Amino acid sequence: MTTSHDPAFSPDIAWCPGCGNFAIREAVRQALEELHLEPWQVVFVSGIGQAAKLPQYMPCNLFDVLHGRALVTATGVKLANSRLTVIAEGGDADMYAEGANHLMHAMRKNVNITCLVHNNQVFGLTKGQFSPTSESGFRTGTSPQGSAEPAFNPLAFGVALEAGLVARGFAGDIPRLKELIIAAIRHEGFSLLDILQPCVTFNKVNTFKWYQSRVYNLSDTPGYDPHDKAQAFARSLEWGTRIPCGIIYRNDRPALDRQLPQLHDQPLVDQPVPADKFRALIERFR
Amino acid sequence: MIDLTFRIAGQAGQGMQSISSTLGRMFARAGLHVFTSHDLMSRIRGGHNFSSIRVCDLPVTAPSGRVNLLIALDESSLSPHLAEMVPAGVAIFDAEADADAGPFEPDKPFRFPMPMTRLAKHVGKNPVMINAVALGAVMLLADYPLELLKAMFQETFAAKGGQVVQANIACAKAGFDYAAQYFKAACPCKLALPTQGNKRLLLTGDEAIALGAICSGVKFHSGYPMSPSTPIMEYLAARGREFGIVVEQTEDEIGGINMALGASYAGVRAMTATSGGGFALMTEGLGLSGISETPIVVVICSRPGPATGFPTRTEQADLLFALHAGQDESPRFIFAPGTAEQAFYLTNKAFDLSQKYQVPAIVLSDQLLSDSAATVEDLDLSRLVNRDHSQQFKAQARAPYAYQRYAATGDTCARLLPGSANQTVVAAGHEHNQAGYITESASDRIQMMDRRLGKLKPMRDEMDGITAYPQPSGPQPLAPGPLLLCFGSTCGAVREAVDILRAQGTKVSMLHLSELAPFPARLLTEHACRSRRLITVEGNATAQLARLIHAETRLHVSSSILKFDGRPFTAAEVVREVAGSP
Repeated sequence: MTTSHDPAFSPDIAWCPGCGNFAIREAVRQALEELHLEPWQVVFVSGIGQAAKLPQYMPCNLFDVLHGRALVTATGVKLANSRLTVIAEGGDADMYAEGANHLMHAMRKNVNITCLVHNNQVFGLTKGQFSPTSESGFRTGTSPQGSAEPAFNPLAFGVALEAGLVARGFAGDIPRLKELIIAAIRHEGFSLLDILQPCVTFNKVNTFKWYQSRVYNLSDTPGYDPHDKAQAFARSLEWGTRIPCGIIYRNDRPALDRQLPQLHDQPLVDQPVPADKFRALIERFR
Repeated sequence: MIDLTFRIAGQAGQGMQSISSTLGRMFARAGLHVFTSHDLMSRIRGGHNFSSIRVCDLPVTAPSGRVNLLIALDESSLSPHLAEMVPAGVAIFDAEADADAGPFEPDKPFRFPMPMTRLAKHVGKNPVMINAVALGAVMLLADYPLELLKAMFQETFAAKGGQVVQANIACAKAGFDYAAQYFKAACPCKLALPTQGNKRLLLTGDEAIALGAICSGVKFHSGYPMSPSTPIMEYLAARGREFGIVVEQTEDEIGGINMALGASYAGVRAMTATSGGGFALMTEGLGLSGISETPIVVVICSRPGPATGFPTRTEQADLLFALHAGQDESPRFIFAPGTAEQAFYLTNKAFDLSQKYQVPAIVLSDQLLSDSAATVEDLDLSRLVNRDHSQQFKAQARAPYAYQRYAATGDTCARLLPGSANQTVVAAGHEHNQAGYITESASDRIQMMDRRLGKLKPMRDEMDGITAYPQPSGPQPLAPGPLLLCFGSTCGAVREAVDILRAQGTKVSMLHLSELAPFPARLLTEHACRSRRLITVEGNATAQLARLIHAETRLHVSSSILKFDGRPFTAAEVVREVAGSP
């Protein structure tokens, strides 16, 4: 992946200095480069939020869509042209609040797309309200007494729904994050990569140091088999003093686009319209 | 003149729709004009439903409101329809005992009890076969050879196997024989329908829309089932493999429109279909289509609302909603076909123009049009317009990564599909610059608004779709009588009302509008300016068409005939209202 193909591509980056998004962008860039994917072969579909701006700063195909809707739109792109590498990008509010219903069904459909969620446990763009992944009691402008809800656990959710690939990365470890992005893109089916991302402006609890002292890598855990659902479920519940990163769960059931006979031979977009059959179709009504 | 209505009434689940489609098809094949409409309750079993099959020797696209032959599949289904029966009409109803029909009284509907359920259980071993028994009786009354019905069964039930076919034939014969034994001698009803003529197509509005979509090269449909639009998705899904169409049932209507937009961005013709409630959920997506300039066809099959309203009934109250749906302003097409035939051609026009202008195109139907089956002489594929608007930008001729989705090239429509070598396609729901990236610039904003809203004028020039009835021959003098204006499915009833009123000496005529946005203001003014009295006939409570005409033209609509009880207009109602209108 060459990000320097266009000398005019010098985006005015809207992220705060020190934001975890910079590291995530670098990991995504390196992953695409290592996969030898050119900008024209990749489609980002982004929702709304600071995370969803990542593709604005990554010169690939992009459909910048509605808050919460990136996954359904990405599904449409992939089903129409299965040759494209399709990545849906957004934050915890985008994917776990506004778009949570779509997340559930994208996992069930198991369409071959990659979902990258920058999870900083807080709303950034609307300036610091609690998000679905904020820990209970999180005090913000809309939760002055502390949020009442328990935090949403996207990994346990993914395991429960038997998503294709469920993983967690950490923005503070670019090399490992890059490897996880590569694994997610390579997986033939739906992959959720939840990325722990410190928010330097609005989240003073879950800071870089907070995460750094807690994360460990499942790949360093001997004998861990992500195909084992019970084991994966137990790991997905682990949170607090130790937070597992890496591939939590993997399920190799066939992707949606593999199950549709219409898509067996060639992508939908390349298929000619069978105009020679129209007359006979009309005659069936006689 | 032949104009007969057969009505089949009973509980949900008793197979009224299968009887009506069998009869409708048989009459359509005999060269008659058929219009089959359904009055359904929103339930799977029980309640009271009915289907009406109107059979004419002239084209007809509205229910008549007069019943000549009623088949009541349970006794309680008899009385609600007696008021609509013509004098000397015939009612067959399910009854336990064998009974001779009573004496005929010319001023009363003729009632004929028949043990339909018992015959179905006895002969077909299944009470569901009551509809075959009823059809057999109808064949006798219509003086139709039973062979025609046997052929229909062989075709309809072929997939279910020979036993099912034979059981249905046996039940039909039992019904036929029973009617012959107890009824024929007493029956004054001579239907005398022809059995041979030019075979016509018989299809519902939803089928016509789906067929129009297929013949326009649709490759993707995503949506969430909602009455009365669901048959569109089911029709496409059933033919997905054969015609290379992916049909995805989504988790909600929001998913429906946004998934279709993804497919459209990737370069295939995409659509979604819903009713007013589902469209309410889609409005943000409609705006995304507008700002990102991603083509899509959205079918709205209206039913009475707001919210859940009357799920299985008809209304035309979503016109202004469709016109204004979504925040801010962006152009869209709205087509409102009046008949199944028009629905086929206008769906094609929606696809072609949506692609050409890269805007959403709405096909506005309603339960009456969507669910009713109507005969069509033929559908002419050579009238369809299928131009490829997707790849005007010649990527090979350009420097790598030179493509800008929203470039001000003069040709606002230079599309390129993602996946084209060495070019990227950036489409946006944010306000954007020419390259498609987020902008905060006032001049970018003005440029993009001008670009999008600049489509309105050429889009308006594409609009036509005003049908005058009777067709004027040459320049018209100032018309003395009222001019009835309508849109969508109302045209059938209004057209008939015009015939009736003219026969009574009232010089009335009709303009039917089937292309409503951008509004063909000049064209309408040309057609209507010679009339002193404009009356709209609309299936809504607040005269939405009249308000639209008022907003878009200088024409003065003097009154409106409105209906919002969830039931379709009949010609008789329109005649009554016109006669009584100021």
